[in-house]
Amino acid sequence: MTWQLYDTWVVITGALCAMACALPGAQLVLRRRSMMGDAISHVVLPGVAIAFLVTASNDPYVMLVGAVIIGVLTTLLIDLVQRAGKTEVGASMGIVFTALFALGLVLIRKAADDVHIDPHVVIYGSIELSYLDQIRLLGWEVPRGAVVNGAALLANGVLFLLFHKELKITAFDESLAASMGFRPRLVQGVLMAMTAATAVAAFETVGSILVVAMIIIPGAAAWLLTDRYGHMLLWTLLIAALSALLGHVAALIVPGWIGFEGMSTSGSMAVMAGVLFVVAWACAPQHGLIVRFHRRVLLSRRIAMEDILGLLYRYEEEAKQDAAALTVADVREALSVSHVMAALALRGVRGAKQVQFQTGGVRLTEDGRVAAQALVRTHRLWERFLWERLGLRADHIHDTADRLEHFTSEEMAQELAQLDDAGEDPHGRPIPPAGE
Amino acid sequence: MMLATADATWWEAFERALLLRDANTVWVVLGVLALGLASGSVGAFLVLRRRALTADAISHATLPGIAVAFMVMVGMGLAGKSMIGLLVGAYIAGLLAMAVIVLIQRTTRLKDDAAIGIVLSVFFGVGICMLSLVQQMPAGNAAGLESFIFGKAAAMLPGDALLIGIVSVVIMLTLAIFFKELGVLCFDESWAAARGWPVMALDFLLTGLVALVTVLAIQTVGLVLAIALLIIPASTALLWSRRLVVVVIGSALVGGFSAWLGAMLSATIPKLPTGPIIVLVCASLFFLSLFLGRRGVLPRWLARRSLSRRVDRQHVLRACWEIIESSDEEDISMGDLLAKRSWSERELATVVERCMRAGTIERIDGDIVRLTSEGRERARRVVRNHRLWEAYLVHHADIAPSHVDRDADAIEHILDEDLVKSLEQLLGASAGEVPRSPHAINGGGGGA
Repeated sequence: MTWQLYDTWVVITGALCAMACALPGAQLVLRRRSMMGDAISHVVLPGVAIAFLVTASNDPYVMLVGAVIIGVLTTLLIDLVQRAGKTEVGASMGIVFTALFALGLVLIRKAADDVHIDPHVVIYGSIELSYLDQIRLLGWEVPRGAVVNGAALLANGVLFLLFHKELKITAFDESLAASMGFRPRLVQGVLMAMTAATAVAAFETVGSILVVAMIIIPGAAAWLLTDRYGHMLLWTLLIAALSALLGHVAALIVPGWIGFEGMSTSGSMAVMAGVLFVVAWACAPQHGLIVRFHRRVLLSRRIAMEDILGLLYRYEEEAKQDAAALTVADVREALSVSHVMAALALRGVRGAKQVQFQTGGVRLTEDGRVAAQALVRTHRLWERFLWERLGLRADHIHDTADRLEHFTSEEMAQELAQLDDAGEDPHGRPIPPAGE
Repeated sequence: MMLATADATWWEAFERALLLRDANTVWVVLGVLALGLASGSVGAFLVLRRRALTADAISHATLPGIAVAFMVMVGMGLAGKSMIGLLVGAYIAGLLAMAVIVLIQRTTRLKDDAAIGIVLSVFFGVGICMLSLVQQMPAGNAAGLESFIFGKAAAMLPGDALLIGIVSVVIMLTLAIFFKELGVLCFDESWAAARGWPVMALDFLLTGLVALVTVLAIQTVGLVLAIALLIIPASTALLWSRRLVVVVIGSALVGGFSAWLGAMLSATIPKLPTGPIIVLVCASLFFLSLFLGRRGVLPRWLARRSLSRRVDRQHVLRACWEIIESSDEEDISMGDLLAKRSWSERELATVVERCMRAGTIERIDGDIVRLTSEGRERARRVVRNHRLWEAYLVHHADIAPSHVDRDADAIEHILDEDLVKSLEQLLGASAGEVPRSPHAINGGGGGA
């Protein structure tokens, strides 16, 4: 399989279309209105059908106007159903777009003899064929699909730059925006019109599946990757373009692996957008699953390491001078954590040179004893505090102190020490002095 | 003449369909009827649980399930188009989609809308890819599979209708058995959880039923419109009542009726696809209810209008009472009335007209009116409410007598008997007596 000019144009058309859809889509995701993208992409069908029946022309500009009108109408209708019927927003969308979609199907069927709108094309698009339909632009032969989607991207980009402030503030805090004199509902209306126009420009090339996928997925993935609005928009564009490229490559390569010849390109682009979303979901720097898992493991390991130190310190404190040291098995048993975590924690305290592993068992090193002393001190200070100041019963405070000791800073320990004057915890054990 | 003939044939065709004369029509009608009833009743719980759009994701997700099931069945050497096999695949894919939605919601900061949208479009994209592969398989003339996207009710066979019927009965029985549990889940999830009910399991049950209905619906009305059969009947029923039993039964009836009528129309009129027409019937019922339903726009508007008219009439009656009180004469001139409140001559005339129709005021001649005995009784009650409230505000809320009139002006219309009684007790006023006004009533503008 060789890469041809045809493939380049398919990727370019797909990427332009994906980026055009993804821009307003990112806004919809922030506004928790992503499903408006779904609703609007479904009403493109009746919009085009009605435009055709009214004007009896299939001039693309007429179709565009028809679909934009019905897109805005859909927004208003959903709003009406939601307010007038006190219907939940999801249900309102479902009612309006399915009803309009049904209307579109009936109209198309009724006018099937004259219209050349195939419902299948609306869903699948025909990106594979878009290369064949070329127009001249500045002396170049360019596929019409690329021009149309490029124009949509350009228009959306310009609008996003011009109304950057308005879009940003209304997306994050509607009431603040309203109090500052912006008009959130107007901005939302314009955004919906933009989405509708983009969806119409796009659906002919890539079909409504890809439109929905590209409206929602890149924005959602980008929102997991960054907290900053500007960065989010850039990520959105990048992810959209990348899904188009990977989607086409996958459509060329993957079927070969399992003995088929080709695969729907727009479907494959939607799937690749999904794959990129999963990557972002897993690997995002702040909110990714891997980072969050790692953070949790590190925290558990630190707590387990500190528990080992505390355990050994208390054992030394109580044991006779020449008693045998605790064995590794004893330590493991005393820690109430999983086997893997215990091994990690043991390796941790050894690596930090806080604990020595000898033939007889495990013992604290000098460093380890200092750390352990501070820890046990914090624990007993907390116990004292909980018992003396909060009036909790002495036999109820150990577990609480056990949890608090891991999250107590130096300053807090000093504050706690101010409260204490007995030098003993409620169980009568000495509170060790602060290390220097 | 032309029209009459057209009408006659139309009616004949409709009658044929109505009386189930065509064997084909019988199965289609029975099948969609069962489907409408089942999806209406399940949809009621779905909408009340505020999960309407998850049905959208589930229905789009069935497509890859169907394609995979087809491939697996062909791979195992079976006939790929076994309906039950395809439906099982669709069902599993639907549940999987729901699981992914929950996973995204739980582990990211994305909300349900984005989670639903992502799952919907990715699953559907996978489905489209797989369909394009299936089409290349020698066994798979995938035309059959594609009909799941738009549905093909007219092609329903007796076996299909029977399958739909049996599953619908099972679904509705399940709903009946778990009626109370699902109801609580919809209205107060945390209460159910606090009582120790298995909320997760109940949610799973509901999702399973939704997936089941969707799977049945896609072959009839297609996967986009399958959502409509779940959402629209329930939303229609909610415009009439908020009682769970009524909503569920009403929703089932709306679903069943739309499906039946849609199938009839489609059998009667040529070139009218069944699925979309069912949805359009259903949507018409919804929009009718949106305006006429008990909780719809029109009744709410009427209720508000009747309240505001009653308030106007009571204002006139109180004005009359106050004029009589200060002048000790039964005759009231319109000029005096006009001076009592900031109302225009025309407004006043309209309200007085309405009072006369209600029999509380009678016109003596020209500009002079009088309260009837009933009018006097009502006026006394309003004035009493007004002054009791004023007295309450003065004595118990420490508000200056000059500031209480406007507040009492609003509340006098809605004080009920119990409240009046407790006010009387609190203020030591004897029943029936009209207390004195705590502030001066100026003839020119009692409302000020």
